[in-house]
Amino acid sequence: MPVGNGKIDRTALTQALLRDRADDLLVVGGLGSATYDLMAEGPSPRNFCLWGAMGQAAVIGLGLALAQPEKRVLVMTGDGEMLMGLGALATVADQAPCNLGILVMDNGLYAETGRQPTATAGLADLAKVAEGAGFRAAMTIASTDEFDAARDMLLGRNGPVLVVAKVAVQDYGPPADPATRDGPQQANRFRVDLLGEYDAMIRID
Amino acid sequence: MALHRREVISELLRDRPDDLLVVAGLGTASSDVASVEDHPGNFYVGGVMGQSPAIALGLALTQPERRVLLVTGDGDMLMGLGTLASIADQGPRNLGIVVMDNESYGETGGQKTATRGRVDLAAIAAGCGFGQTAVATTAKQAQAVYEMALSAPGPVFGVIKVAMESVPRVMGRPRDGGYLKDRFRENLLGYTQEPL
Amino acid sequence: MSDDAPTWPAELYEMLRRHNIRQVCHVPDAGHAELIDRCEADNEINVTTLTSEEEGVGLLAGAWLGGQRGVLLMQSSGVGNTINALALPNICKMPFVTIVSMRGEWGEFVPWQVPMGQATPAVLEAMGLIVYRADKPEEAADSVDAAFKIAYDSGKSVAVLLSQKLIGAKDFRAK
Repeated sequence: MPVGNGKIDRTALTQALLRDRADDLLVVGGLGSATYDLMAEGPSPRNFCLWGAMGQAAVIGLGLALAQPEKRVLVMTGDGEMLMGLGALATVADQAPCNLGILVMDNGLYAETGRQPTATAGLADLAKVAEGAGFRAAMTIASTDEFDAARDMLLGRNGPVLVVAKVAVQDYGPPADPATRDGPQQANRFRVDLLGEYDAMIRID
Repeated sequence: MALHRREVISELLRDRPDDLLVVAGLGTASSDVASVEDHPGNFYVGGVMGQSPAIALGLALTQPERRVLLVTGDGDMLMGLGTLASIADQGPRNLGIVVMDNESYGETGGQKTATRGRVDLAAIAAGCGFGQTAVATTAKQAQAVYEMALSAPGPVFGVIKVAMESVPRVMGRPRDGGYLKDRFRENLLGYTQEPL
Repeated sequence: MSDDAPTWPAELYEMLRRHNIRQVCHVPDAGHAELIDRCEADNEINVTTLTSEEEGVGLLAGAWLGGQRGVLLMQSSGVGNTINALALPNICKMPFVTIVSMRGEWGEFVPWQVPMGQATPAVLEAMGLIVYRADKPEEAADSVDAAFKIAYDSGKSVAVLLSQKLIGAKDFRAK
């Protein structure tokens, strides 16, 4: 019976990262558990939660970071989701947005589908892969003591950076903000909040 | 003093053991491999960009007694990057990978690939869990990569930095995928009409 | 550039400018080479070279959330790599435009290009995209213009297929 890759409580880590959340922080949640973690902290028009398109979280964060260089972009995702878009790490490093941080909640398994092990349960080390791809910095954390360092790295302006958090497997109740399943509503709320209603919905280019 | 890919490939496949199986990635890599010899143990991948590492993995897993060598380019390798994690996870001891890295999409106009910037494919492979990796920029270093790719316990991963240069397209090889598959299997498994 | 060089790539570039395209992402193809070069030379446009085409779908979704317009340039073989990612603009009703240089349809020399080239329009339509096609040089810019309009004015996902007839098939015999 697999027990996951680590001991970190992912709820506590999410809370530590989003505590006193700055107004300029935009957060993308990868499908599955990472999106549940993000939603559990309450709705925000500056969150974009994915319920599909596995492998796309990092590149959505990249596009957002490139279009909004003055804002800070945090991608929260899981190891399975990151592995499906591994080439994106090279693309991100090549573009090198200083305002992008990626957090991989690494439980070493595909939690949504029956807890089958992922490659990070074996030899794959996503922080090393990110370094190889050319990220400015990458680290792996395994305990609460390292939350502050992870927060400083992810929310600073020295990106692109990647933090792998070795987390415990967790069970989730019903999603806290199921309305995010409505893609157009979520995208429009995000854009209106970020760009203003005129630029987001009215202006014709 | 960049290395030239046709010299690299002829060194890599010099005194080729007859039981070596070679998977060649699309484009110039296939042409490179064919330029040495159109061997029936070669499988030239003529398209499906990004798939050649997975093809080599499948072959290595099913033929554990045979050495499998993948020769491909940096663009193809980047498109199949996630496969490096799958390969390391499976850990085939008979698989060697050599990436001819010209830091360019040579077939489409020479646009730069990510390896011209910060991306280090060998470090990524190591991060995925490959036990042995190397990068060669000199002939001497390349020699070590050849030996590693052909004989070190796999999976091993070598990058050879080669010049961005135009090389003759080698036409002396079959392009028909169905025929290539049959020729490869017959060479490896013998002629059979029995289903697997 | 010689006098008989085609003018449609320059016209497509002008269309990108006219529609305020700020993010151009691509896996290169010979059919897009001149357009890519022009975008690279433009300080108003950020060019991202992708390792695989599906990254472009997410990148453009993120750019749209961030308030910028973009376009994905790819070859028809790359369309297959994008399929699941195309759920994103579809279900979020985000505008999405891709310009696809076709292979495997008109005088193709490489057999491996044929299956994806033949399947490209059907596969894109199956994922809910509007598919425009330009067969002649004079149709290219108009098709791209229409694609940007229906995408960004009406929130649709659109692909413009630049036919192999327009681009010109590689023929290795000629060398």
